[in-house]
This record gives sequence, structure tokens and C-alpha cells, in this order.
Amino acid sequence: MTTGTTDPFAYHAPTTVREASQALSRYRGDAKLLAGGHSLIPMMKLRIASPQAIVDLRNVEGLRGITENDDGSITIGAMTTYYELITSDVINSKACAIAEAASEVADTQVRNWGTIGGSLAHADPAGDLPAVAVALGMEINSASARSSRSIASDRFFRGYLETALRPNEVLTGVTVPAQDEGSGCAYVKLANKASHYAIVGVAASVTVDGGGVCTAARIGITGAGPHAVRSRRAERILVGKELTENVIDRAAQRGGAELAGMFNDDVHASAEYREAMTQVYTARAVTRAAACAMG
Amino acid sequence: MTTDTLIGQEVTRVEDQALITGRGQYVDDLRLPGLLHLALVRSPYGHAKINRIDVSAAANAPGVVSVFTGADLAEQLGSLPAGWVLIPEQTGGEPMATPDHPPLAIEKVRYVGDAVAAVVASSPAAASDAVALVDVDYEPLPAVTDAEQATMEGAPEIHEGVANNKSFDWTVAAGDYDAAAAEADVVVKERIVNQRLIPNPMEPRGIMADYNAGTEQLTIWTSTQIPHLVRLLFALVTGHPEHKVRVIAPDVGGGFGCKLYLYAEEVIVGIIAKQLEKPVKWIESRTENYVATTHGRDHIADAEICGTSDGIVTGLKVHVYANLGGYLSTFAPAIPTILFGLMLGGCYKFENLSCTVAGVFTNTTPVDAYRGAGRPEATYVVERMMERYAHEIGRDVIGVRRRNFIRPFRRGHDMPIGVTYDSGNYQGALGAALDMFDYQAFRQEQRDARREGKLLGVGFSTYIEICGMAPSAVAGALGAGAGLWESSTVRVHPTGTVTVFTGTSPHGQGHETTLAQITSSRLGIPMENVEVVHGDTERHQFGTGTFGSRSLAVGGEALMMSLDKVIEKAKEIAAHEMGVDAKQVVFENGTFYVEDIQEREIPWGDVALGAYWAKNLPDGLEPGLEAVSFFDPQNFTWPFGTHIAVVEIDEMTGETSLVRYVAIDDVGNVINPMIVDGMVHGGIAQGAGQALQEAAVYSDDGQLLTGSMMDYAVPTAEDMPSFETGRTVTPTIVNSLGAKGAGETGTIAASPAIVNAAVDALKHLGVTHLNMPLSAEKMWRTIQDAKEARRARRSAAARRGN
Ligand SMILES: Cc1cc2nc3c(=O)[nH]c(=O)nc-3n(C[C@H](O)[C@H](O)[C@H](O)COP(=O)(O)OP(=O)(O)OC[C@H]3O[C@@H](n4cnc5c(N)ncnc54)[C@H](O)[C@@H]3O)c2cc1C
Repeated sequence: MTTGTTDPFAYHAPTTVREASQALSRYRGDAKLLAGGHSLIPMMKLRIASPQAIVDLRNVEGLRGITENDDGSITIGAMTTYYELITSDVINSKACAIAEAASEVADTQVRNWGTIGGSLAHADPAGDLPAVAVALGMEINSASARSSRSIASDRFFRGYLETALRPNEVLTGVTVPAQDEGSGCAYVKLANKASHYAIVGVAASVTVDGGGVCTAARIGITGAGPHAVRSRRAERILVGKELTENVIDRAAQRGGAELAGMFNDDVHASAEYREAMTQVYTARAVTRAAACAMG
Repeated sequence: MTTDTLIGQEVTRVEDQALITGRGQYVDDLRLPGLLHLALVRSPYGHAKINRIDVSAAANAPGVVSVFTGADLAEQLGSLPAGWVLIPEQTGGEPMATPDHPPLAIEKVRYVGDAVAAVVASSPAAASDAVALVDVDYEPLPAVTDAEQATMEGAPEIHEGVANNKSFDWTVAAGDYDAAAAEADVVVKERIVNQRLIPNPMEPRGIMADYNAGTEQLTIWTSTQIPHLVRLLFALVTGHPEHKVRVIAPDVGGGFGCKLYLYAEEVIVGIIAKQLEKPVKWIESRTENYVATTHGRDHIADAEICGTSDGIVTGLKVHVYANLGGYLSTFAPAIPTILFGLMLGGCYKFENLSCTVAGVFTNTTPVDAYRGAGRPEATYVVERMMERYAHEIGRDVIGVRRRNFIRPFRRGHDMPIGVTYDSGNYQGALGAALDMFDYQAFRQEQRDARREGKLLGVGFSTYIEICGMAPSAVAGALGAGAGLWESSTVRVHPTGTVTVFTGTSPHGQGHETTLAQITSSRLGIPMENVEVVHGDTERHQFGTGTFGSRSLAVGGEALMMSLDKVIEKAKEIAAHEMGVDAKQVVFENGTFYVEDIQEREIPWGDVALGAYWAKNLPDGLEPGLEAVSFFDPQNFTWPFGTHIAVVEIDEMTGETSLVRYVAIDDVGNVINPMIVDGMVHGGIAQGAGQALQEAAVYSDDGQLLTGSMMDYAVPTAEDMPSFETGRTVTPTIVNSLGAKGAGETGTIAASPAIVNAAVDALKHLGVTHLNMPLSAEKMWRTIQDAKEARRARRSAAARRGN
């Protein structure tokens, strides 16, 4: 039985993304990037992960910080911590669901270390930030030694702990698109009592026009299935209508319909319960986002 | 701070400064030159035959010193003892089955976590790495984890020759339940499950052993609640002479009952240190703790209550399947029997009681005491069934309790089951709780809330418990393998400062403070002149340890006896000095004087010095000022109280939260109210944890599915409301302090109060019982099913109407 020590590994601390990516290539998939370490290190201590090498991103330049761009979009560096997100004025005023989700993550210690890049790259099926990335339509920026690209968040999460990142790519940050006038967003979570990870977490972003009619809606769901998903079927019911309780309830009944047959089923919650709670929490997220949009 | 007034004062805990500033010394903090580290190979199977163990790869791994299997050490390790063997008079004449419990499994493993080999290496990492290299050829066998299923035909046999996997069928009865039930207007039955819990002390276990081959002295540092019993049992099991074993419990980070036994690892680490003639340390990881340290509760109770239609309860009948796990832990048999069955009368008058308990082996971690130990299970059955019965006859739960309460008594009350309660005033505690909680207002609030779709409920627990373990003769007659008295030494030093040696073994309870308060008050010396020493078999006389809320009621009284002896002798010395008769001497506030004679006054310090200087002692009096005492109480103590819980349930999700909690406890006289409040708070949180969220869950083949804190929901402050606590005071007659014990009241009272509250919140939907924990999904499903049933009823009625 393990006493909480890892297998031996080599340690690198490059200063550029290029070097980091090269290090990944050199170990042919048997190296791991280290960000906040709050998913990776527990896995190594349990020996679920035993990489040959650790490539620490702490010294890599330009991976940290929150910038508001001229077009109203926001760029967040991969190494930005939950704490920095929670305490950022820009995030709280322009994309509060990010701060709401970040403040739902674990406890103070984890929030002081864990990063947005690590959370998205790790793609824990119950991670909080993936739902928000999907609901806010974030672009996920990545780079290898040779090239860089952006990946739409609703195509980024591919499976259980699986993303669209290539083995030698570093997630460098995310871009949150500018939110239109009359937009609001929210993140709500039914937490597992033991781990505080999401049994179900739902992020919603809606835009309403002057007449109170919904012109755009995006819903991201985490915890319920193998990875974070976008719930287009629920979104479709909202767009073009006034966000009355009735409309929101109808949309919520389609919340997570994309996950039919794929809901997680474990000692913490059955698939049936997760499905029902996805609907309840979809209604709650949309209701709060709408109140925020109209407030 | 030098007078009697310290008793009853909120003195700040003297032990905390060191502990919260990192100056504590836990086993893991201890280092010895040449220290080796031990790690254990543990079974990944719930039940399997061991065909072969190949240690060669591990033995050759870097840093590894030695690898031992059970076969290598069979002789030296012996079999772990059953510390409590139930008497045949209570087990239908059949002797209790006490199968062997080898510290390292040899032929078979019986639960996930059962140790099969020990690796010793130069570092913890090397030992841990080499564990993975030990190649054990297991032949998996069918497993069983549920106690009831384990007794059924065709269930796998866990211990050879133990039929139906039953260690015992234990019985107690009073009156004639069957006759009472036959005559009763109402009989209500319910299956009540008290789920399995994982104790989760802040500090997992840890052991270090050092052997001196020259003197044959073996020193064992272990995170335990019972250093002296560990020494005794270690000597009995291994044959190493008791006087050459020293057991030290350094700072211990909590126990909640799970550090109350002789564990396999204590024997393994001790014997291997002796073999290697090197110091060896084993530190339990949290992951190991989940499977290798005892669990608690795990009862399936089929309960029946009977009574009149106007609210007089006439009898209670309970049959229990008690899950013992893969082996008998030291005190396991006593928990679901003695500490359960003898408590089933509660604080009520009914005279007919029938209790049978099947103690059953399963392929799970051994189960033993966990905070409350038997009494929470009993209280849960009694208090749940009282409310179940009240609902059934359509009466208010308070009124029904009041009708059935035993009347207040101060000097003993004989219960039909054969025990005698010391003192009680159950009406008083209920009244005090209701004064804090406006019941009528709550019922109005509940109705209003329901109209807004919010589900509120209130639940009560008018509990009683057994503390002050225990009269040794009673415990011995019921099967205890050790005396349960407690001891103390008071050593006065020549300068008048005092060292108190206690046989209790605190691990968070605050005895350093409480016992110093008593000593300071009795001797009239400042607290800082008193040192309380515990947890070292070489420094003080034999003792029993800390569990069962006994330390003050038994250990505190042992201290009072030694203080009295010391004061008696000091008076003789002072009297001689003053030239008067000892009977004339008064001792008060640290001064000896003779009434009406002003100039004749001697301070404590002078008498202490005189006792050692010995130049002017009365004829025949020995020099020195020190006393040893052993206190064996004549009875247990019986604290009681009323707890009231309010829960709110989210109808859409089933999420259930504790929103208000009122607790009135009566623990007799209180030495330090702050410490008692702390005990009550922690206890309520643990009881609430059981009621709302904790559960150890096994898969059918014996894998622990909730094997980490990511899966097992230990409650946190975030889950709790601010508790409203208070006390009534009904002193015990069992000891001169009048103190009953306060360590477990919260845990015992909280779970039934909270479950009763949840049932109350859903009563209008036709819900009559809920099993713990009240997880969101379970509550959601209950609400869905109840609504479904109501719809079905209504449409059936509509059809009939057509
Ligand atoms: C006790 C505890 C409770 C937790 N509770 C929650 C919770 O409630 N909700 C929640 O969402 N999370 C929770 N977490 C996880 C936490 O949020 C992690 O911090 C997060 O999942 C990973 O971020 P990190 O920066 O720590 O990444 P790391 O652990 O360093 O890395 C995680 C993975 O991502 C990869 N990676 C990291 N950065 C990059 C990058 N820039 N590019 C490419 N790959 C990268 C790593 O190689 C690794 O595979 C909890 C963790 C703990 C320890």
C-alpha cells in the first residue's frame, strides 16, 4: 500500500513555451506539464500517473495574468490562479461566471495554487471551469515549438480527461469573447459532499434585447457526463423568446439532453439523479444569468 | 487563580499553545539514529486464499533491509486477542467464536487492507516502492460484506468452523415483550439501519519501536488511547515480558475510539524492531487508515415498539445484525451488545424489552467502538421508534415522551433490564430545551414555509447514555478481559509544585487542563505549578486509558483520592509544626491554619518542604509527600439531555441542511464549561455527519468504494449551523466530583434528532422512516416516490368516485 510517495521522475523548468513543448516532444508523451499541481501531484502520489519527467511551467514567461483587449475580449494566461480570477475586477464585472466557478473550487489552498490552464487541460469530468469555458464561448489558445492555434471550447473537451490538445502542445491561455450589451452569466453547482467537486455544475450565458427577448444563449454542463458539454437543445428553446419561468423550465427539461445514455453513475449519484439535477440546475443557472442580464 | 473557584471556570486549555504552534510531538515527529521504515503489503481482495508470496524482487530492491511474511514471524507474532468474550449465559449457552487473528495473514486474507507482508527499508519511499514488488499469488474467493447476508445459507465461510459466520447470538430481556405486544393497541415495526462509519482522526495511526538488545527493553511509541493496555496485550500476545516493554503515547491527534485496541501493526513493528535490533517506524497513510483502522457502527436493526393508542409505550423489541468485519477487534463484541442492549430502556418507563444481537463476520475492515460506541445505535433505535410510534397514533412527539418519562430521581433508579441509573431529570432537560426553542412558533413557521414550497421539519432526541466505564466487577462479569478502574499519583515536590500522573490517556480532550484545575483548586496553588503527565507506562502506575467518557468520572475521582491522601498527610505535618492536633488543622486556599489562632498559619510550600527536609516530622511518619490511588466506581454514570434539530429540505434536489440545533445536556457537575461545550459541539458535528452525509460503502466483492476523503464525506464547519447549547445540572452520586462525563453526548443525541426532523419535514407526504445518511439523492428519490404514491392514491380515489 502506498505511503504517498511518487515514482522517481526528472524535473525541468524551462523559461519559454518553445522549450516546454520541446521537452514534451523529447519524452514522447511520457512527460507532464506542471501548473498548480493540484490534479497532477495527487495522481502521482497515488501512482495513477507516473511520468518520466515533469516540465514545470512556473518560470515560463507570459503565461500569467488577465488582460482586457480593445475589442472587449479578455485574455487570461494559462498560469493564472483561481485566486487571481476571483479577485479580478475585470472578471467580476465582465464575466462573473468565471469568478463564481473559481470560488466554488475546493478550498483556499487549492485556489491559491490551481490554474485555469491546468483545470481546462486536465479536463476533469467534474471540474468547474470547463462548464464556464463552454458557456462563455472561450477560445482556448495553445502553442507547440513550431505553431500556435485556437480551439473553440465546445470542441475542446473530447472525453474523460481528454482534450483536443496535441501531446506536444502547451495551453497558453484563453480568450473570453466580448459579451454583448444585455448579457449575463452565472455558474451553479450541486457539490459532492465529500470532494466538493460537481455532481452537476451548470454555467449559462444569455443576452436579452431591450424588449426582454433572448437573442443568444449558451449553456455548459459539467459533472454529469464524461466531459463538459454544451447543451444546444436547451439553448434553442430560449433564443427568440422572453425568459419567463415557463420558458426557462421548458428549456431546462432539455438541459443535458446531449448526454442521454452517457450520464455518470457512481457511488455519489446515479445516472438518473444526475439527469434530473442537470435539468434543475440548468433552470437555476439560466434564471440567474437572465436576472443578471436584465439587472 | 488559587482557590476552589477554578472549578467551573472556563480556563483556557494549557495544551493548545504547543499543539497549534507546531510544537507538538506526534509519532511521525520522532526520530532515532539509524531509524528504519516499514511499509505493509495489504490485500487488494476482500476474500482470497494466499497460494504463495514471493518477496525476492522486493528484498533486492534499493534501500530494502528485510521483508517479512506472516509465515516468517508466525511464532513471535501470535494471534491478536479478543479483549471481551461475551459470557455463555448471554449467548444461549454457546461459547462465543473467537477465531485466530494473525497480525500478518498467512493462509487467507479476509478484508481489503488485511496485511500480508512487511517491508523494512532505509526510507519511507524505498519501503513503499518495494511493497509494489512483493508478488502475492492470491486465489480470490467469494466475499460477503453485508452482515445479514453473511448469516444466510450458502454465504462464503470466512473463518473455518464458524457456522453462519456468527461469532455470537447475544440476548437480554426484561419483562415479557411478546405478551405486551399481544395486548397492545398498536405495534409498529421498522428496519433501522445504522450505517458503517470511518472514524477519521486528524492523525492517522503511527508506531515506532526501539529494542535494546543489552537490556531486552522494547520501547514502543504508538498513537493510542490505551498505552497500558497495549503493553499488557503486547506482552500476552508476543511473550515478551511485560516489565521489559515500555509503551509511550506521545501527542495523539484524536482517536474517536479507533485507537483503543492492540493493532496488528503494533505487534509487527515491535517484533521486527526486536528481530533486527534496530529502531523501526511505520506511519499510516490516510489511504491505509481508511481500510486498516477500525470502522464504526454497521447495524441492521429490526425494531418493534408497542403501546396503547393514547400514548403509553409498553415494550420494545430489537433484533440486530452487527457487522464485526473480518476479525474480532479488541473490544468489538462489547459494543453492539453490552453498550447497546443495556441502553434500550432509554429514559422511559416501559418494562418489556427483548434484544437479540447476532455478531457477524464479513469481508470488511473490523468494526469496533466509534465515538458513542453502542449508545448512539441504541439511542437511535429508541428515539426513532418513539417518534415513529407517536406519528402512528397521531400524537405529538413531545407529549408522548412526557407520558413515558421516568420521574426525576437523585439517588438511583432500577431499570427492568437490570442496570441502575444514577440520577436523572428528563423532564427538566426537555423543559430547558423547549424554553430555548419556541415549538409553537416553529410549527407555524413550518406550515407557512410549506405553502412556499419549502420543507422544514423538527426532530427531538431525549437521550440517555452510559459513561464512566466502569465498575470492573460488572464489566468483568459481562466478559471484559481487563479491569476498568482508573489510577492517579499526586507527587508533591519539595518546593510545593505538583506532578499529577494519570492513567487516562488524553488525545484532544483537555485533561492537562481539567486535572490541573482540580489539583490547583484542591491544593490552592497556581495552575502553572501543576504538571499533568500521562501516556507513558514507565513514568506512571498502571492505568486504563481514555474512552467511554470515563476520564473525569473515573480518572478525575482517582485524582481526588490521591489529593485527599496528600492533604491528610500534609495536615499531620502542619499540625506537628504548629503543636496542635491534626484534627484542628484547616486547609484552605493553600494555607494550613487553626481556627481562631491567627499566628498559627503555615503555607503549603513550607509543609511540602518540611515533608522532604524531614527534620521535624511527627513520630513514625514517613518523609515525602506523594500518594497513589486506584478508583473503581460502584456504578456507571448516566448523562442525559434533550437535543432539538431543525432541517430544511430542497424539494427539487433533495439537498437537506441542518438549519438550527438546540442542545441541553446534563453531564452532572462541570469542571470546565468551555471544554464541555467543545466536546458537545464536536459531538453534534459527528452525529450530524452520520445523519446527513457519512457512509462507508463496500462493493459486493469487498472493495471499499469510499476509500478516501474525496469519496467519504467528513462534515466540515460549512455544513453546520451555529449550535445553541445549554445545560441542566443533576450531579451523579457515583463519584465525589458529581461529574458524569461529556465526551459523547453530542454524537449520541444528534443523529436521531436530525433524522426525526427530516421525517417530520416529509410526514405530510406519507414518509414514516428514512435511513441514514440523508443524502440529497436519497431524499430526492423519497420525495419523488412519495409524490408518485400520493398521485396514485388520488387517482385511485377519483376512479372509485366515478
Ligand atoms: C482537494 C482538492 C479539491 C479539488 N476540488 C475541485 C473542485 O471542486 N472543482 C474543480 O474544478 N477542481 C477541483 N480540484 C482540482 C483543482 O482545480 C486543480 O487545481 C485543477 O484541476 C488543475 O489545475 P492545476 O493548475 O493544479 O494543474 P496541474 O495539476 O498542474 O495539472 C493538471 C493537468 O493538466 C496539465 N496541464 C497543466 N497546465 C497545462 C498547460 N498550460 N498546458 C497543457 N497542459 C497543462 C498537466 O500536465 C496535468 O496533466 C481539486 C483539487 C484538490 C487537490
